[in-house]
Amino acid sequence: MISGNPYLVAAYAVTWIIHVTYLTTIVRRYSRLKREMKEAGLRS
Amino acid sequence: MSTPTGITRVTLLKDLRLEWRSKDAINSMLFFSLLVVVVFSFSFDPSAEESRQIAGGLVWVAFLFAAVVALNQTWAREIRNQVLDAYRVSPAPANSLFAAKALGNFIFVSVLEALMTPLFIVFYRLRSLGPAWQLLLVAAFGTWALVVNGTFFAAMSLRTRSREIMLPLLLFPISIPALLAMVQATTAILNGEGARFWIVLLGTYDLVFTTVCLLLFETVLNAE
Amino acid sequence: MRNDGTVAAESFNHREHWETQGKTSNAQRNDERSMKKAFPILGVLTAILLMYALYEALVGAPTEQTMGNVQRIFYYHVPSAWTAFILFFINFGASIFYLIKRNPAADIVALVCAEVGVVFCTVVLITGPIWARPVWGIWWTWDMRLTSTLVLWLIYVSYLFLRRFSSSGETPLLAAALAVLGALCVPFVYFSIWFFRTQHPQPVMGGGGSIDPRMLHVLLINWLAFSCFAFLVCWSRYRLEKLQREVDEAHAMESLLDPRGSVRR
Repeated sequence: MISGNPYLVAAYAVTWIIHVTYLTTIVRRYSRLKREMKEAGLRS
Repeated sequence: MSTPTGITRVTLLKDLRLEWRSKDAINSMLFFSLLVVVVFSFSFDPSAEESRQIAGGLVWVAFLFAAVVALNQTWAREIRNQVLDAYRVSPAPANSLFAAKALGNFIFVSVLEALMTPLFIVFYRLRSLGPAWQLLLVAAFGTWALVVNGTFFAAMSLRTRSREIMLPLLLFPISIPALLAMVQATTAILNGEGARFWIVLLGTYDLVFTTVCLLLFETVLNAE
Repeated sequence: MRNDGTVAAESFNHREHWETQGKTSNAQRNDERSMKKAFPILGVLTAILLMYALYEALVGAPTEQTMGNVQRIFYYHVPSAWTAFILFFINFGASIFYLIKRNPAADIVALVCAEVGVVFCTVVLITGPIWARPVWGIWWTWDMRLTSTLVLWLIYVSYLFLRRFSSSGETPLLAAALAVLGALCVPFVYFSIWFFRTQHPQPVMGGGGSIDPRMLHVLLINWLAFSCFAFLVCWSRYRLEKLQREVDEAHAMESLLDPRGSVRR
């Protein structure tokens, strides 16, 4: 079904690449923030 | 004198008088406008027939450049002399200040356009197949659309980093429907076709955005 | 803590501060815990829904007559567009609410919806040309939907730039004002492009006219799946932003209390 069509595959792949990239930035910022909080909490 | 329109008139006259006395801004803007027209003429060198098709777009892009440069320094003088803080604490309504600024910019940009237009006509051998008075109407509505939003966004950009790039960055996307209308209307009139839809669209756009900018300016002025 | 409620710099206990941040009552604490538990469950459900929707789009839906299998891009392209429009509309609502009530949560909602909306809008703008190329042989056309989406994308990207470039004190107000102007621009965008298109006809993407009910069914399933997905993404982004602001606030307080920049016990 999807085999013959590179455009179809590309479209679906690009969609998920975009979404996963955005989610990755959220997760990375979140873990960096948590780390910052831990360091600040430990310093005192 | 303390009525809103009175304040607007006084502020506007003050701005015009300052501009006239300082002549620096005017002269540099005039020369810049001339440069824009010449550069465009080198870049796009069409035959007389083709030029009628693309002149609408070219002219308005040139006007847009000139408007952005003019708008960028619209609040510069106020910041230099901390006038904005004085306005914030005065009982004068904020939108009078906005109206005065917008009107002043409108006059200024219109002067620039009036100077650039003959040059364009000469360089592109333009001749309008439609009624020329409609072109004036499009110019007025179009310029006001750019200026009213531009003055508002210039005020917004004041305390942002990269102030000069913020203004066009904010102005261009929102101006797209108005720009499309201006360009299409001008091209249609030059080619002797009807432009009523575009003129009505521009007029409505002007009405809506002038109202909203007047309503929101107080918020922007007093932010933080 | 001193009698007037202020805290002396030396006694500012960071660990205590983080632990009590935002948790003022038992009820609130329980609410947050149940919300945090709901998130993974909803996540799994949404993932299942998305996989089912993908299957339907690739296998379940009937093949289109003229375009063939490429038409299946439609099941991702259109729901992304609808989701983006809904998110931008929520941004408009939240911005107005902020202008009236100055509610900080509304400001975060506005920011989150604009960001996630831009992400979905980007998907629309990329899948559109990928669809157009095999079907019409061109990458771009000043088609109504695609052009309007482009202008919308530009407006909300400029909104995100304003948010990034303005100093934090006044950003919410300025951004809310810009959002209102941007949203009011949308009808003009549609009208101007509609008329432009009637004067300069272009190929219409997405096909006008009626749609096969089975295709509509698959379309709606994908839309539901992506809406749930968008909701979860917004929720995560909201939590991140809220936490970020609390951290920034704590940093600001810390530098106020101890101008030397180091924390002493």
